[in-house]
Amino acid sequence: MTGIITLKIAMRALIRNKARSLLTALGIIIGIAAVIAVVAVGQGASVTMRSQINSMGNNLLLIFPGSQKTGGFHGGAGTQQTLTAEDGEAILRECPFVQAMTPLVRTGAQCIYRENDWGTSVQGVDVSYQEVRGWDVASGSFFTDSDVRSASRVCVIGKTVAEQLFQGEDPVNQSIRIKNMPFRVMGVMTSKGSAAWGQDQDDTIIAPWTTVRRVLQNSAFNNVNQLMFSLVSMDILPQAKEEISQILRQRHRLNVSTDNDFTLTDMTEVTKMITQVSSLMTMLLTIIASISLVVGGIGIMNIMLVAVSERTREIGLRLAIGARRRDILMQFLAEAVALSGAGGLMGIALGVSVANIIARINHWPVMVSPGAVLIALTFSAGVGIFFGFYPAWRAARLNPIESLRRE
Amino acid sequence: MLISLRQICKVYHMEEVDVPALQEVSTDIAAGEFVAIMGHSGSGKSTLLNLLGCLDRPDSGTYLLDGHEVDRLDSDALAGIRNRKIGFVFQNFNLLPRTTALENVELPLYYGAKLSSAERHERARALLIRLGLKDRLGHHPGQLSGGQQQRVAIARALVNQPPLILADEPTGNLDSRSADDIMALFQELNREGITIVMVTHEPDIARFAKRVIQMKDGKIV
Repeated sequence: MTGIITLKIAMRALIRNKARSLLTALGIIIGIAAVIAVVAVGQGASVTMRSQINSMGNNLLLIFPGSQKTGGFHGGAGTQQTLTAEDGEAILRECPFVQAMTPLVRTGAQCIYRENDWGTSVQGVDVSYQEVRGWDVASGSFFTDSDVRSASRVCVIGKTVAEQLFQGEDPVNQSIRIKNMPFRVMGVMTSKGSAAWGQDQDDTIIAPWTTVRRVLQNSAFNNVNQLMFSLVSMDILPQAKEEISQILRQRHRLNVSTDNDFTLTDMTEVTKMITQVSSLMTMLLTIIASISLVVGGIGIMNIMLVAVSERTREIGLRLAIGARRRDILMQFLAEAVALSGAGGLMGIALGVSVANIIARINHWPVMVSPGAVLIALTFSAGVGIFFGFYPAWRAARLNPIESLRRE
Repeated sequence: MLISLRQICKVYHMEEVDVPALQEVSTDIAAGEFVAIMGHSGSGKSTLLNLLGCLDRPDSGTYLLDGHEVDRLDSDALAGIRNRKIGFVFQNFNLLPRTTALENVELPLYYGAKLSSAERHERARALLIRLGLKDRLGHHPGQLSGGQQQRVAIARALVNQPPLILADEPTGNLDSRSADDIMALFQELNREGITIVMVTHEPDIARFAKRVIQMKDGKIV
């Protein structure tokens, strides 16, 4: 008998017992669906988180002012006012690993355009902010170096702010009021979406840092909330951190026994942690799913043993009319494999739908990899062969004379 | 000779007791014969039929079927012999339940000659029509009378065109009219040249055969 005919006969036998076949396959269906869904959701989640981290900027390295230490009192990060825009320029000049730099000053402000108003954050940055964050202007243009030098009252706005203030109007070259001072909107940024921690990155106004410092914060000093660097590559991160630390310590005249008065932060730690957590979860859930596959396989073995004893007369007859022992073995093996294979296919369909639903709820991309589907299918067929072999072997070993006599 | 048995012995081992089922049985059956094997239960007639059908092997002695020394063959080769040379007819029909008459008749074709599914259908259909079951091709065994079921079983036995038909109490589950029909059918097949060996304990049925072999205590009397 050819393989196709064997499989066809097996399918016919299964269809004869529809309800029983479906219930038997249920274990496999659930197991495979769980594997597919878990892998898809896990991959979707980690891709989403990674892309959110990448949306922070290109090879990003951040410097915050450090904590203040006065006597026994230890303040939190950022309590010192020591980090200046000049520090950033010095690092950009002296450290070859740094590709671009922008200072960042942050303030909150109420903004008004005609009768619309919207409270948002205002980020004061340099022109190279675009390069550091990998963020482009969607319409209009970014402000220029001379705007930064002269602290002009110009700004570009995020998509959310544009929607809230202008409600469909073109914001470019309109005038908005920030803290009651008129600013010209030069452009609208492309949409960045939400950050890894859920914050809407498009809900912001970007202005020259000098303007924010002098005009909005009314300060003559050049100290900043943060310095943002774009490194040449992530491979030289340790050297870059070391060199930048040295430059800053020199500039701040810290002696050997003094702690850094600044903090260096990069995204590799966060990325690594997220990857670890997501792969651990995927592994854990895959183990649980595998257990359900084994349970499903035992169910198949059980029902195949029942089938062999129910169909003893049929086996005897088939042997009498010329079936060889391996024909009988193949027949029952094919039934087990058809059962688990069909269960696998249904499980894949179920798993893909579940993954789609979860992805839609969480706004993740659906990541059903063809590899996972192929592995699931192979695995379910393997379960059928493994757990179907013993019943099939029992069937093939039956004595035809006794089997024919059985009622 | 189609069948040639020489000093066939068969002993069943049952819980420390050896039960001799066949003791030095020798006989010949020529092609075209219609033989009835008769005897009481325990006389060894079923054992003899199982040996003739290559379902069992003798402990000693030789069995030539159509020139092949089948007592030496392995189980795969015996399966091939059963498929090509022998058609079985049983008392309880042994049709597959919830399977159509046509599919039941096609069954032996799956294990033997390589035929396309169209050829299989055509062969099975032609046989069923010949046996008067033209309107029953798609019926399941449960929807057929005993006589009709036995006709389907005979069609299945004939589908590989074997020279020999072995029947084990073929009329045991039938009323006397159906039994006579089946016997008439056997006689007709026999006239066409098919050898028939039939086990029965009813003298009325044995009368349809051309020769009767009486068995007692594992020996031919």
